[in-house]
Amino acid sequence: MELKAVGTAGTLESSDVMITLEPRDSGGIDLTLESSVLNQYGRQIKAEVLASLERLGVKNAKVIVNDHGALDCTIKARVECAFYRGCGCDMDGRFDWGGVIR
Amino acid sequence: MSIPRPKPERFRLRRTMMFMNAQKPGLIKDAYIYGADSIMLDLEDAVAENQKDSARFSLYHALKEIDYGNTEVIVRINGLDTPHWKEDIRVCVAGGCDGIRIAKTESAHDVQVVDAAVTEAEKEFGVEVGRTLLMAALESPKGVLNAVEICQASPRLFGVALSGGDYRKCMQVKVIPGGIEMLFARGFMLNAARAAGIQCFDTVFTNLNDDEGFRAEVKQNVEMGFDGKSLINPKQIQIVHEMLAPTQKEIAEAEKIVRAFREHASEGVGVFTLDNGKMIDIAFVPGAERVIKLAKASGIYEGDL
Repeated sequence: MELKAVGTAGTLESSDVMITLEPRDSGGIDLTLESSVLNQYGRQIKAEVLASLERLGVKNAKVIVNDHGALDCTIKARVECAFYRGCGCDMDGRFDWGGVIR
Repeated sequence: MSIPRPKPERFRLRRTMMFMNAQKPGLIKDAYIYGADSIMLDLEDAVAENQKDSARFSLYHALKEIDYGNTEVIVRINGLDTPHWKEDIRVCVAGGCDGIRIAKTESAHDVQVVDAAVTEAEKEFGVEVGRTLLMAALESPKGVLNAVEICQASPRLFGVALSGGDYRKCMQVKVIPGGIEMLFARGFMLNAARAAGIQCFDTVFTNLNDDEGFRAEVKQNVEMGFDGKSLINPKQIQIVHEMLAPTQKEIAEAEKIVRAFREHASEGVGVFTLDNGKMIDIAFVPGAERVIKLAKASGIYEGDL
């Protein structure tokens, strides 16, 4: 599974986070984070996003995170959704629940 | 991190079953604090067609990481006439929800198709086979008329619920105070559920500003014998719990029946009369026990049964 195009998921509503993943050939992960709770949770949000990307096997991408106080479970869900959208996956295909999605 | 959930109980108390959009993180993270007996995380109508994928990811992690305590967690999946339901079932089982609500159920076959897919998913994800419960929503005249076979379709099935919006549309009627337009559907579904020994739930009441109308409908639900009601707003929960709570007189009577029956049973007597002259046999006991259970859930029971 490979990121082929820009993938976006999430909203700008309270308790949600909007994630945009843009594929690139090299240069690792370039993460930009905006958050209403940046001072308190910035580091934790970043770590959660990076851990999800690693599980999904994303090595090189431009990542934009616009957070409005999302819980960890929501951050993971939005990163995964943006990734599979960027891969051009069938929305109703069989996903790897409990595998890379965990 | 994963929150283990106890094995779902097929016939637990379900007075209030509240719908929540599985796609909205602001809703699902606080879902349990409102005190509904069950919440129904919705993958169907509340989720836009182009967000079905997103709602599943959100649902999976919520099921795994949010501690819902004693609140039962049901998921409403997309209808069998959509391309979504199979993956909906996989995520429900993988996430470990307590039960699945089947939308637009029209036959026993619909229930059995879902049952088979759930079994397959339980095997795939290492979940005990039979753990995941089912409930069927009847949303059309065909579904209502087939209620008898639907109610007996699966040992996973704990109940049936009426879905008034679609049903009224099919019947070309609108919401009428007093519910004459739903009388047959409610009555027939209740009989089918009781004949099969499963629970029965009424449809949602959607006018949030009509408090009096809501109370009148809940009162009628209680009088007709429903176990509970589907809800769309947290403010409806307390009202239903209050209206389903037994009176002190009913509790005292129930206690008397249960105690007297236990005493007489240990002496080998099956039929006897209470001090008020009422004849009691074993047929009265389940009802009395239900009153005590309701009183406990309502927080008004002070006895020791």
